[in-house]
This record gives sequence, C-alpha cells and structure tokens, in this order.
Amino acid sequence: MSTATPLAYLSAAGPRAGAIVPLTWFTLVVSILVCLIIGVLLWRGVRRGRAHASDVETRAVQITHGAPGIRWIRVGLLCSALPLLIALVWTMATLAAVSGPPQGAQLVLDVTGHQWWWEVTYSGAEPSQTFSTANEIHVPTRARVLVRLHGADVIHSFWVPKLTGKTDTIPGQTNLAWFEATAAGRYRGQCTEYCGAQHAHMGLEVVAESPGDFEHWRQLQLHPANEPTSAAQSRGRELVEFRCGLCHQVRGTSAGARSAPDLTHVAGRRTLAAGLLPNNPGTLSGWIENPQGFKPGTLMPNQGLTGQQLSDVVAYLETLR
Amino acid sequence: MRVADARAPRFGPDSPQHSMRLLDLWEGPGGLRGFLGTVDHKRIGIRYIVTAFIFLLVGGLEALLMRLQLAGPNHTLLTPEQYDELFSTHGITMIFLYASPVLSGFSNYLWPLLLGSRDMAFPRANALGYWIYLASGIFLYVGFLSGHGANDGWFNYVPYALKPYNPGLNQDFYSLGMVFLGIATTIGAANFMVTALRTRAPGMSIDRLPILVWGTLTANAANLIVVPAVSLAFLMLWMDRQFGTHFFDNSNGGQPLLWQHLFWLFGHPWVYAIVLPAMGMVSDGLPVFCRRPLVGYSLVAVATVATMILGFGVWVHHMFATGLPGLGMSFFSAASIVITLPSAVAVFAWLATIWYGRPVITTAFLFFASMILLFVIGGVSGFMTASVPVDWQLTDTYFVVAHLHYVLIGINVFPVVGAVYFWFPKMTGRLLDERLGRWNFWTMFIGFNLAFLPMHLTGLWGMPRRVYTYAPDMGWNTLNLITSIGSFVFALGILLLMVNVWRSLRRGALAGANPWDAPTLEWSIASPPPVYNFAVIPTVASRHPLWEGRLEGSESRSTVDQGLLLDHGKEMIGTTALDAVPDMILEMPEDTLIPLLLTLGVSACFVGLILQVWWVLVLGALVGAAALLGWLWPRRALREREPLHG
Amino acid sequence: MAEPALASTSVIPVGPVGRRGLGWYGVGTLVITEAALFTYLLFSYYYTGATAGAGWVLEAQPTLKVALPNTVLLVASSFVAWWGERGVLLRRRPQALWGFGLAFLMGTVFALVQLYEWHSKPFSLGTSSFSSLYFLTTGTHEAHVAVGILVLASLFLWTALDYFSPRRRLSVSAGVLYWHFVDVVWLFVFATYYITPYLGFGR
Repeated sequence: MSTATPLAYLSAAGPRAGAIVPLTWFTLVVSILVCLIIGVLLWRGVRRGRAHASDVETRAVQITHGAPGIRWIRVGLLCSALPLLIALVWTMATLAAVSGPPQGAQLVLDVTGHQWWWEVTYSGAEPSQTFSTANEIHVPTRARVLVRLHGADVIHSFWVPKLTGKTDTIPGQTNLAWFEATAAGRYRGQCTEYCGAQHAHMGLEVVAESPGDFEHWRQLQLHPANEPTSAAQSRGRELVEFRCGLCHQVRGTSAGARSAPDLTHVAGRRTLAAGLLPNNPGTLSGWIENPQGFKPGTLMPNQGLTGQQLSDVVAYLETLR
Repeated sequence: MRVADARAPRFGPDSPQHSMRLLDLWEGPGGLRGFLGTVDHKRIGIRYIVTAFIFLLVGGLEALLMRLQLAGPNHTLLTPEQYDELFSTHGITMIFLYASPVLSGFSNYLWPLLLGSRDMAFPRANALGYWIYLASGIFLYVGFLSGHGANDGWFNYVPYALKPYNPGLNQDFYSLGMVFLGIATTIGAANFMVTALRTRAPGMSIDRLPILVWGTLTANAANLIVVPAVSLAFLMLWMDRQFGTHFFDNSNGGQPLLWQHLFWLFGHPWVYAIVLPAMGMVSDGLPVFCRRPLVGYSLVAVATVATMILGFGVWVHHMFATGLPGLGMSFFSAASIVITLPSAVAVFAWLATIWYGRPVITTAFLFFASMILLFVIGGVSGFMTASVPVDWQLTDTYFVVAHLHYVLIGINVFPVVGAVYFWFPKMTGRLLDERLGRWNFWTMFIGFNLAFLPMHLTGLWGMPRRVYTYAPDMGWNTLNLITSIGSFVFALGILLLMVNVWRSLRRGALAGANPWDAPTLEWSIASPPPVYNFAVIPTVASRHPLWEGRLEGSESRSTVDQGLLLDHGKEMIGTTALDAVPDMILEMPEDTLIPLLLTLGVSACFVGLILQVWWVLVLGALVGAAALLGWLWPRRALREREPLHG
Repeated sequence: MAEPALASTSVIPVGPVGRRGLGWYGVGTLVITEAALFTYLLFSYYYTGATAGAGWVLEAQPTLKVALPNTVLLVASSFVAWWGERGVLLRRRPQALWGFGLAFLMGTVFALVQLYEWHSKPFSLGTSSFSSLYFLTTGTHEAHVAVGILVLASLFLWTALDYFSPRRRLSVSAGVLYWHFVDVVWLFVFATYYITPYLGFGR
C-alpha cells in the first residue's frame, strides 16, 4: 500500500508523523460516524414524509406546532461536545509532543526551497566538511534530523508525509522541521504550497539508510568531482564548466554558480528534475536538450547543443557518481 | 403647498383607488431609462441572481476544463500557465462573483417582502452596489480573457504575487478588481444593516425576524468590518508591484506573512458570510415543507451570531504550516474546534424540525434537506483540519479541496437552488416543474457526491492542491477519473436547473400568492408582487403571520388586510430597532441614472489605474465626484431640506 | 385583533428630523468600515515592526515640531465644525457659515501642512517597509481629509443656499460626523507614528 500511494500518511515511517496517525484516525472515524448517524436520522425523518409532492400536496397537509424538539439541540450539542473535547485535548498533547525542535538532533540540515527544486546542505565543522546536493536527502535511520528551512524566492512547503507534516519555507525567516526515519527506505515528499508553473513537479525523496551506509554516502559526497578518463568526458567537462557553470556548481571544477542544483554527484541520484524523471543517460540527455519540453516554465533554458556536444556532456556527467 | 412635516399615518384596508394611487407613486419610467435607472429592490435582486448564476456557469466551465486535464495522469490538454489561471479564476469567480452576490440577490429581493416593507433603506445605493459588482466582474474577466487572469490562487500568496515572479498584468487585474468589488460589498453591507434595524413592519420585533434576515444581517455586519482588510492587502500588493513599496517583499523589511494575516482576517469571516444567509434560507424554507415552525428559533438565531463572532477568531488555522509558535496555534486550533458547536445547533434544529414535522417532499424540500447531510460532511472535514498536527498532513492536499467544496456547494449552492424552487413562484408567478426538479436534484446530488466524496481519499493519499498534472504511479488515477466523471454529472444537473427555469418562465403552472401555504409576509401579496409590495403595511404579531389561528394555542393576530396606507408620496415606515415601533415616515427616492453614472466614473478610475494612464483616472474621479454631489444634493421631496421661503 | 398599540395613530415625523434619519446611520456604517480600514493599517505597522529587526523605525525620535501643532489644528477644527452644526440647530446661519467655512480652512491648512511634512521626511515611499507604511497610512488619512474638506465645502454651500433648519439638517449631522471621524482617526495615526517611537517601539 505504501508504495502504491507514496504520499499517503495514514501510516507512518517515523515518530513525528507516527504520533499524528492515531489522532488522524480518531478524527476520521468520529467524522465518518457522525456523517452516518446524521445521515440515518435524516433518512428516517424524511421517509415519514409524503413523496411525489408539489404545491397542492403541501397545502393539503395541515400545519401543526409539533413537539418542541429543543431536546434534540441539547442532546446533539452534548454528544458533539464529547468527541470535540477529546480531540481538543489529544491535539494539544500531540502538538506538544511533535512540534519540536527536537532535543539533541544528531543531524542538522539546511533545506532551501527554490522554484522548483530543493537545495540540501550538509554542514560540517569546516568548509571542507560541507556539501550541497539537490532533491534527495540521505539520513541515517533512527537519528533525529533537524531541518532548517529557508526560502530563496517564493513560499514553498516541505513535506515528506511518512516522516513529517508540512512546514513552509518563507523568505526572510528560518523555519524548523524535524523527522526521524525508523526503518531504511525511500520516502517521497513534495512541495505543498503553490509556487508557480512547476509546483506540480517539485518532488523530493528522503533516503533513510543504515548509519554505516549513510556515512559511506556522506564521504562520497564530500569528494570533489571525478576526473575525466576519456576525451569525450574531457570535452564534456569543458562544456559543463563553460555553459552549465553559469548556474550549476561542480566541486573540483570551475563551475561554481549556486542558483541551480549542485551537480558534483548528480549521477548518483535516483531522479532528475525534482523527482520528475528517472535518472539514466537517456533521460539526462533528453532533459539537457529540452528541459522546457519536460517541465515547461522551468528556469533552465534549452541549451541548443549539437549532438556531439550533448553526448560529451552526458558522458562527463555520468561519471559524477 | 406646504407639505406636512409630521402626521399620524392613516390605517385602513386596501381599495382599488388606493392601489392605483400607489402604482402611480411607485412605478418608474419604462424602457431603457427605466431599465438603467431602476431602484426597485426586486429588479435589482433578480439582476444580482441572474448575473451570479452566469458567473456560476462560467466558473463551472473552468472547473470542467480542469477536470478534463486531471482525469488522468500526465494529460496535456492545458499548459501549466493555463491551468494556473483556470484554478485561480475558478476560485475567484465562485467565491466572489457567485457565492456572495447570489445571496445578496435573494436577500435584496426578499428582505422588504419578509419585513413587510416597500423597499430597502437605500434604494439608490442598492442600484449602485449592483452596477459596481457587474463592472468589477467585467474588469476581472477582461483580465482573464486577455490572457492576464489571476494566477496565484484565490488567496494569492506573496512573494509569488510580487513583480519579480509575476511580471505580467495578471496580479494587477486581480488586485484592483478586488478593491473595485469591495466597494460593492461594503455598500451592500451598509444597506442591509440599516434596513434590518430601521425599516421593518410595525410589530416585527427582533425575535420575529426570519432566520434569513438574521443570517444576512450577521454576514453583512461582519463584511463591514473585514472587507477593508482584503482591500488594503490588495492595495498594498499593487503598490509593492507598481510603486516599489516594501509591504510584503522582504528585501527591505517587508513581511510575506503580513499578507496572509490580512487576507485571512478577511477570508475566514468571509466564508461564514457566504453560508450563513444560505443557512437562513434553509431555516425559513424547510419548516414550510415540514408544516410546522422551526425548532429552536432563538437558539438558531443566537447560534448564527455566535458562529460569526467565533469566526473572527480562527483565521490563523489557514497558517498552521507557516512556522508560528505552538502556543498561538493552540489557541486558534481550539477556537476552530469549538466553532463546530454553534454550527451544529442549526443542524440539530433542522433535523428535529423534520422529525417532529410532517415532511412534504417537494424539490425545494429535497435541496434543503440534503443540504443538512452535505453540511455535516463539510463540517467534519473542517473539524479534522482544525487540529494542528492533523492539519500538517491534511493542509494543501485534496482533502481540503473536498472540504471546501462540501461547505461551499453543500451550504451555499444546494440551499440556493432550493431557494430558487421555493421563491421562483413568488418572483415570476409560475411554479417550476416538479418532475424535472426531481431529475435536477438527483443529478446534482449524485454528481456532486461522486465528484467530491472520493476526493477525501485523494487527499488522504497525499495529492497536493493546485497541480496541473500528476505522475501515474502515485495511486491517484482512478480517484481522479471518478471525480472528473462526477463533475460532469453535476454540471448536467446545473444544466437541468437552467432548462427548468427557462421552460417554466413561459409554461410553468400559475402559482398564485401562496402556493406553498407558507407563513411569512411575502406570501400574503400577489405573485409577482406589485411594484410597491404591500398596499397596506401589515402589523406583525408573531413569527408566522399567515399561520396564526391555525397553529394550536396561538393567540397572536397579525393584520395583513388592514394597515398603514402611506400614500401621500413614495413612502415607507421607519421603526425602532428592537421592537419595531413606528417612529418616522420615510420618503423614498425616484428611479435615477446617477448610480450608473457614478459606476462609470469609478470604472474609469480603475481603468486608469491598471493602465497607469492618469488623465483617465482624473476624469473618472471628476465624473464620480459630480455624480456623488448630485446624489447627495439635499432634496425637498426626500425632506432633506426646507422648501425655499417656507 | 392586532395589537392596537402598534397600529397607533400617534403623530410621527415625515422625513428625517435632526439626526434621526437613515442617512445618518448610513454614514455611521461608513465610519465603522473606514475605522476598520485604519485598524488594519495600524495592525500592519505593529505586526511588521514587531517581527522586524532592530532599527526598523527610521526615526527613533520623529520631530513633533510640525505634526503636533497640525494635530491640534485638526482636532480644533472638529470643535469648530461642531459649533457650526450648533448654528444650524439654533437657527443662526452666520454661525453655521463661519463654522463650516472655518473648519474647511483649517482642514485645508492641515492637508497642506501634511504635504510639507511628507516633503521634509528623510525617507521616501520605497525606502523600507517602515516608510511605505508611513506614507500609505498618512496618505490614506490625507485622502479622507480631502473628502472631508469637500464635504465641509458642500455644507457651507448648502447652508448659504438656506437649505437647512433645526428640523431638516441631516446632511449637516452626517457630514460633521464624518469630519469628527477623520479627526479621531488622526489621533490614533499620530500616536502610532509619532509617539510610540519615543516609547521604544520598533527600535
């Protein structure tokens, strides 16, 4: 079920989302029960009436004061008040438990919402221990992760349903979110505050892995870009530095701009374009050639590369694992 | 001839000479002049209703286009920009150009008839309100149809609405259009407040008002206080965009969240304002078909006001994901949970009225009764989102879209269609067809629930709002297809309503004064009513003037066949606020083209503003000022000044 | 039988008398909605200031040299307008004309001095959120003053044409009510922008 509906949240994979699930079920079940009860009362009340009626039939039925009926209002209010009170108290308790920030976060991330991608920065004690990636957040399992949320342009909203509820990224302020993944797995997320043309395609993925695997990944990310080993890759690197470097960063080369995703290890990510495309040489090539075709309105213009240039660039980028 | 400054108004029965005299006094000019210059609340009310329904149909077409795009994954019927303008314009059209004006229209038409009066307190302002509504609606749609439609949703968050991200005129049309429309809303609010408090029939004390009057009065009192918040917000947005101010843009101290506070300070009371009058329609109409008075009238009246007052204190529940401190959010979460209670009072009152009555199942009854269930479904999904941590999962998904459509279609559209079936006979003298009405009802009911009930699940399975497409592997394909099919069935239902109205206008069965044997004053006069409404002003002694004497134990005796004649001029009675004791005779204004002229001036101002052509702005302001001066110039006929040398 | 008391034939006025008339209530609702508008303007100021960094208020000690006497002038004009209204009430047309005319002049002077005050500020509309709010708020007030000046001029004209009497003076009551509103609102605006910085807000 969870892979069939990756953004569903009636079951959770971490304590912050998990604490909300029972309350969600409670309010849902109460709601459904209320609708059923009211529906039955309505149906039975109406069934006593004269059907196929018009003005003539209306006039034919004598008016009457009827029973006072105030009791229904009193009883109804009382019955309503009880689940409302329970929901109120439970809400306060849950809010206190999950709002955070968590004590003793083991990992602190800076996530910045851009139109239409997620910049994720892992900070270390010094600059050489700091790196940025995009749209794919790796975390160790069973670790409290504090996320500092920043807004680069417009308001976005950070949401990974199985792990945490939504928190907006707002320019001018830093919001805090936190989560913890109980088990290893890939957890989908998506932007959930309308942010422009490609709001629909601003996904992200949290990859929870064992602490050993996570550390391995982190060390890998700290490495600068791999050196090219073929002529095509060298040509490709030159093009990347010269063209892509206007917006993208590839650490270890002269491509150093920060307005677009960091590509130093782009080939190691599972998807491209914030979850829109699977990441393989074919889609990478198609994306570079015609980003507007896949994600109309995206801020990356079509590059107008020749066939040879394109294959060189892809050859190089594919080495950036 | 010196006119009397005070007199004891004569009391007596109607007569043919009296009716002729009133007709002479109240009938305006015919032809184009009369059409453009009428101040008759009945004609203005019908205009509001017709115009609002046209916007409903347009907004509905926008919805159907979106549902075609979303019927399956990765459709390419619409570009992202087209989709974004559609979802924004759909919301704006429905919420601002349909939901509120249609209720204004019904209230405009009905209030003087319900209150035993001959017109609203400010007939000329009434006309002005309609023309400005029409002009601002046209203004907004000129934007949409010229490719510059609003594109940031109806609540239009910044920074996306600011110039760097939204350079075209889209946001400027929306901003100025809303300021423009706000003028009409405010004028209407003033009119309803003064009418309710000062121009009722003698004896119609505050505890004898129909619940529709309570609902509309409450809604408009709220509008008076909160519409300036949204007008200000949009003015500030326009200035940030066009004049380099920094209200919202945080490059120089501006605050993006200020927009959200100002907008929702308005927006939340607004959504109560567009349902409370409709709830009032149900509270007044349902008992007629249950053949008994409403259960718990006083509780329902108090609950109406209480809901609105609480409604001022919940706006932050639209902002739970913005990073606000937990303590503050707790307060608003609690208030949002508690507000369920006064809303529930009406539900139980209606259920009890049906249970302890003798229901007669007409089409109007079906719409009024089914609304109760739709109300509850919408209410409980609201209850779920009131809890902050649950809202953190539900907000901005299709769960909220399901919620808002249940409350808006369930608590506004269904009662309004019921109101059409109920009051169409009064307005036109003909009944709508009952058989076609059944088809109308069931198509709308089944279509609506088919479309929006599954949407709760779509939201629980995580589909975000405002996405122009979705991937095929998210689990949403079937649900979206069902919703799209349901939306077309619902649209068919609306079409059947239009067909019924069209046919019945010509060939409907004649209705007579009181086809439903209903209790309130509007049913004591002809269908359609004469231009002066009541030949003699009734004296009211209970909530159900036409049922007195037949309700066991009822001792009250209102009089409808005798009353104040008020035939010395175009006259109405003014009464005290609480007990409706007559305390002045009101002289009412004639038909006039001034409201239209003023609207043209104001329209020119807004055209000048959006094009930034300042001479047009100045010209419009001068025309408007001249019209206003002519309007306010003290007139002898209205007793605003002394006659010369008198 | 209906309750005969309500079908009474006691003598009641025809048309508005003094302040009792629908138009007065109409202007009353206008006052309510415009007061709400200024409330939101001031809310925007306090909210933005409270969530801003240090030094948000651009003048920690704004000079009162011009604004304070101008405030006194505007408040005094309310008393003068009230005095003019009394002239209508007491059938003293010269008093009424002097009252409305003088209030008109005082209001005009206030508006012109306000323009000078704007000119002498060291910041402009687009400098920061503080300055944008300052000019929008005082500008909205200035627009209301402009309307009020036109209202007073109209009252002067209609009084000169001998339209009003103690009984028929609804336009006067409504118009003067509006002018009082404009003056009271200014007190709140003045206190917010000229007094609260001295009390430490927004520093």
